[in-house]
Amino acid sequence: MPKKSGATVTIRGFYMTSTTGDSGGQIPEEVAEFLVESYENLDRLDQDLVTLESDPQNHPTLSSIFRTIHTIKGTCGFLGFEKLEKVAHVGENLLSKLRDGVFVVNPSITTALLATVDAVREILSEIESTNEEGNGDYSALIATLSRLAAGEEVVDTPQVVVEEVAPVEPEASTEPETIQTGASAFVFQRKAPIPQSTAVVSESETPTVVEASTPPAEESVEVAEATQTPREEVGAVAEAKGDHDKEKAPSGSSVSDANIRVDVGLLDKLMNLVGELVLARNQILQYTTSQTDSSFVAASQRLNLITSELQEGVMKTRMQPIGNVWSKFPRVVRDLALSVGKQVAIEFEGRETELDRTIIESIKDPLTHLVRNSVDHGIEPPEVREKIGKAREGRLVLRAYHEGGHVNIEISDDGSGINPDKIRANAIKKGLFRADQLDKMSEREIVNLIFAPGFSTAEKITNVSGRGVGMDVVKTNIEKIGGTIDISTNLGEGTTFKIKIPLTLAIIPALVVAAGGQRYAIPQVSLVELVRLEKDQAATDIDSVYGAPVCRLRGNLLPLVYLCDLMGTSTAKVDDDAVNIVVLQADERQFGLVVDSVVDTEEIVVKPLGKQVKNVDVYAGATIMGDGKVALILDVMGIAQRSSVISEVRDRKLKELSTNNDSENVERQTLLLLGVGDNYRVAVPLASVDRLEEFSPDVLEWAGDNQVVQYRDSIMPLIWLSSTLGVPAASDPDAASIQVVVHSGHGRRVGVVVDRILDIVSVAMNLEKVSIKSQIMGSTVVNNRVTDIVNIDEIVQDALVSFIDATEYALSSYGG
Amino acid sequence: MAVNELTERQYCTFYLDGHFLGIGVKEVQEVLKYQYMTEVPLADAEVAGLINLRGQIVTALDLRKVMGLGARKEKLPMNIVVRSDDGPLSLLVDEIGDVVEVEKDSFEDPPETLEVSFRHLIKGVYKLQEKLMLVLDLDRAVFSLVEA
Repeated sequence: MPKKSGATVTIRGFYMTSTTGDSGGQIPEEVAEFLVESYENLDRLDQDLVTLESDPQNHPTLSSIFRTIHTIKGTCGFLGFEKLEKVAHVGENLLSKLRDGVFVVNPSITTALLATVDAVREILSEIESTNEEGNGDYSALIATLSRLAAGEEVVDTPQVVVEEVAPVEPEASTEPETIQTGASAFVFQRKAPIPQSTAVVSESETPTVVEASTPPAEESVEVAEATQTPREEVGAVAEAKGDHDKEKAPSGSSVSDANIRVDVGLLDKLMNLVGELVLARNQILQYTTSQTDSSFVAASQRLNLITSELQEGVMKTRMQPIGNVWSKFPRVVRDLALSVGKQVAIEFEGRETELDRTIIESIKDPLTHLVRNSVDHGIEPPEVREKIGKAREGRLVLRAYHEGGHVNIEISDDGSGINPDKIRANAIKKGLFRADQLDKMSEREIVNLIFAPGFSTAEKITNVSGRGVGMDVVKTNIEKIGGTIDISTNLGEGTTFKIKIPLTLAIIPALVVAAGGQRYAIPQVSLVELVRLEKDQAATDIDSVYGAPVCRLRGNLLPLVYLCDLMGTSTAKVDDDAVNIVVLQADERQFGLVVDSVVDTEEIVVKPLGKQVKNVDVYAGATIMGDGKVALILDVMGIAQRSSVISEVRDRKLKELSTNNDSENVERQTLLLLGVGDNYRVAVPLASVDRLEEFSPDVLEWAGDNQVVQYRDSIMPLIWLSSTLGVPAASDPDAASIQVVVHSGHGRRVGVVVDRILDIVSVAMNLEKVSIKSQIMGSTVVNNRVTDIVNIDEIVQDALVSFIDATEYALSSYGG
Repeated sequence: MAVNELTERQYCTFYLDGHFLGIGVKEVQEVLKYQYMTEVPLADAEVAGLINLRGQIVTALDLRKVMGLGARKEKLPMNIVVRSDDGPLSLLVDEIGDVVEVEKDSFEDPPETLEVSFRHLIKGVYKLQEKLMLVLDLDRAVFSLVEA
């Protein structure tokens, strides 16, 4: 039996799966466990330390840090890792002084502690790969830590670039303070006074640059010694009771007996199996419909229920709070802000928002990049910020929340915003676009160019950005998991990136439709409604605007896409059938997908397509249906793009904007309805019509290449609207008279010849841009017919250009 | 290694538009009779459809189209499922032959007279007793399709 490969989900080990799961690994199991546990703790340490820096009085955090280091020290002593033990030991010494209040956290201490964490991590990874502690020399670090623990100030600590100084506010808490940690009433008394020169950091849990203050050198050591014995209890109590004085303790610190550690590979396998079970369930349910045996039907219904619950349960086990990804950001931001000389506070909202872990995995890198990007390019240096009246410290807010089966993640900074002019200039410089192409783009489109491949707005490439993960990669990675990314930016005020991603990738509810003898699955997230038009209704409701089919749906025009036409397959339906329209949402645009029939809704298991098919943009994947056959999953965005429904969005929106501006108060407009050709209706605003005239065909004369009439003592050129718009002329050319709409503009009168003058109506203008022709301002529904609004001024202007030869320009005086 | 040597000399053979071709057995996952396929409109012409292979979705490529040969008439194609980096991939062929063992010294480069586009996809020729077996270059013919 061949091995099944290419599972639907990328299985990535959780640190240790590769070694623990691998029978060939040489690492003893207890060491492996130690590694897993320590890595996990270290990740928390990074965050805890940064929290501590901004809030030196946070005892639960301090205790948690202390405990972690203590545990590592203890275990590695037991396992015989001397070097690691030494590093952990001096770190612990320093921490115990902090915890006992001998002195207070300052940047050099934080940096030294972070360096300790790094060193521990380095040794751990060495152990992981070689089972040895490696040859790294940590004596300098050990010396630094010892000196700090002894109360000396250390200036030459690695990577301290701290000269930016926040004003020192001596804080009220400089007095000895008693902290009572709840019911157990273990009283922890700080015996030593806190030095007056303490630097204090802002309220948020922020990597902030603070003044390197001088810890007191001569604090008594006995104090620390004295409290040494009960420190475990202190930690535990503080931990359990926690957060009295401060916001929530960092996530993940509550370890209880109710939790067990499970290998992620196992969960992935379970998920795959549940996926298969769902398919088998679907097959049985389909079979059930043809059965009459009531006990069998009952059994399969029960199977159905249990499967659904199991699926939900397994899905939940794979859900992780997004805080897991975020937890490393305070450190990332702190380090980055220090190295580029900025002050940045990072804030989180909605840490507990849960996502499938495969998605968590895949958004990790894009999110990190966006965060770095905001710090590096978004937020200004403190001096600049001060000059323009902002707080010296920049704000970076990460926000996550659920919305309609999706998760939204926003990354906002209050930095300089994105300057479209710079983007423009850069796009031209990089040769991505020509100036004339850019002129046609909206500001929004231009800003979105930062996602274009080969684009980087950084004026100078810092060591921070330009790591090969450009914004285009961010976008592709997010789109790969079915998400979207959007920017909104205000110059000078900041930028927000909004990412919208699905909750899970594995099993989704879908609508199954048929077209051209094939079934397709449409993810329900993009589904708006189903519309079924009976034959008679279809004839009146479906119109065509320049060959582009549209449907009139509750007074709005809905562009239609025929799935069979799109796929190039022939429709399997009979002519007199009703029309089934699946209304879909792509971006902010709705369109109707016309299918042969709507089959059912079903939970489908998304399976990836092979790379030979992956490049076809209209498919999001494939699934196996109840009868065992494969069905393709449609990519709604891809369909919208391929059938160019999407590109019209902006036109329509712009039009909406401009019409809103023009006629903010004028809700209704009076239109002159005209017939062109046999069946085409247009309208012009009555305001642009001078007069309506009727001429006998024999008064037409020629002036150069143009037909003209003598009208009110001048020569009036005539324009045939049908030929201008490219519509076939009316079928009876021998009409007794020609209908002319006289328009004045550009200094003369012009006659626009139409086939019929129908009516004058007053309508609420609700323009929809369906046609791409510039002469058409948009389409609307008038008296139950789709009607194009013609921009008569533009048509006349175009015609005049050809009519008036430069030398004959004087003719225009006739118009007077 | 002994196994390696053995598989090097064993070929899974098949017929395609009158040609007799072979693929190294170690590259072949399995051989199947005709399977129902779901067509993939808008995909490249070589893609014949998608097959449900025990719950896994496998792309089927029509080897005739890949090799630039005429369309298959009447008879239903058979599947040779080969392993690729991207998971299994099914190749549609006219008919499946035996697994043959070849002698190393019966190998020759593809004849110059073969049409260039076809010759490009052939690694070489084994002179079997009764006929010639063309060795299909899977990398060039199949796995590189996407980059093209």
